[in-house]
Amino acid sequence: MTNSIHDMGGMHGFGPVEPEPNEPVFHADWERRVYALQRAMGATGLWTIDGGRASLENLPPLAYLAASYYKRWFLGLERRVVAHGLVGEDEITAGRALRPGIRLNRKLTLDDAKVMSFANFDRPSAGPARFKPGDPVRTKSIHPTTHTRLPRYARGKLGTVEAVRGCHVFPDTAAVGAGENPQWLYGVVFTGRELWGEEADPAIKVSIEAFEPYLVPA
Amino acid sequence: MPADDHAHDHGSELSEMQLRVRALETILTEKGYVDPAALDQIVENVETKIGPHIGARVVARAWVDPAFKQRLLADATEAVNSVAEFDPVGAHLIAVENTPQTHNVVVCTLCSCYPWPVLGLPPVWYKSAPYRSRTVIDPKGVLADFGVSLPAGTDIRIWDSTAETRFLVVPMRPAGTDGWSEEALAALVTRDSMVGTGLPKSPEEQKAEAG
Repeated sequence: MTNSIHDMGGMHGFGPVEPEPNEPVFHADWERRVYALQRAMGATGLWTIDGGRASLENLPPLAYLAASYYKRWFLGLERRVVAHGLVGEDEITAGRALRPGIRLNRKLTLDDAKVMSFANFDRPSAGPARFKPGDPVRTKSIHPTTHTRLPRYARGKLGTVEAVRGCHVFPDTAAVGAGENPQWLYGVVFTGRELWGEEADPAIKVSIEAFEPYLVPA
Repeated sequence: MPADDHAHDHGSELSEMQLRVRALETILTEKGYVDPAALDQIVENVETKIGPHIGARVVARAWVDPAFKQRLLADATEAVNSVAEFDPVGAHLIAVENTPQTHNVVVCTLCSCYPWPVLGLPPVWYKSAPYRSRTVIDPKGVLADFGVSLPAGTDIRIWDSTAETRFLVVPMRPAGTDGWSEEALAALVTRDSMVGTGLPKSPEEQKAEAG
């Protein structure tokens, strides 16, 4: 689902932002463990970062809003390990393993964890980029029922290509197991008025990172 | 707010979550999918290795070294990875510079994408519905929540992190810091100033805090 509660840009009614002075990295020990479990299970390669995001976006809206960030991660991870056949529902209920695990192609070891590494989403391109900086473009009005990274507030809007970021893994296909399908990625900037209407502050501009399939020439 | 207050606010959820998370970790460990020692190491990495101190050093370097700043703005990943004393930051880092004309603010409206390698894990407010919803439509209101007001006539540029590119704001160097060392300058660079919801400390503010 994409027209769901996670796509928050431009919504009203959530109240003020509340910065927390001297905020700790984690607020409870279980948050540490959820963070680590998520990273370790992500390293198995059984799902993509986009598939992981999609599992959070598919939470019922009330559950999504009611859950703290790491609770959301936990709920998504619990769903994913069951959906991938790694853990049985009966084991979640029992709170312990009832059968041996299945064989993983990759498991994060202590030595792996000692090296801080960050994933790279650059991929070779299949063809030339369709757009260049300065090109006027319009985002498509799309409403797929699966994962996408084109936010609702920026659909069907007129913008300008500002930068070509290279060719990257395409979240819309990677999330549903349809492959990396690399696509050109662009920085596309919009005026506040294009996004929010004539009343918008003329001093505001907003950019998104837009994959080529989201764009048409304008 | 200290952890105890937080626990007080969400007491029942916290204990339920402790139990559920412990159960899942037990299952995943017993089935041989995770190694608890590796989990401890992952936590240690994010609590002790990465954090805004890294971004602050990058910004301070940019303030004192124009050639580095130019490289940083052209390709932040390349620039940071080229400095031996900085840890590699991975791909797709983009530095955006504040100027007297334009102030930059970073958000992720769809989830909570954040430049972990240079700023560490994001604060709760960055991941919250108020920040994710309002920043793209009412950035001045959001800045006001942080006590930040910009000079009249300043343009505001919002960067919505909708792909794997990550943004680091390079704030303007505070006045009255001529001749300061890179290390002294880094102490003025706050996390929020590198997200765009704050400004670096002035020498006076720093003095007042210390006093």
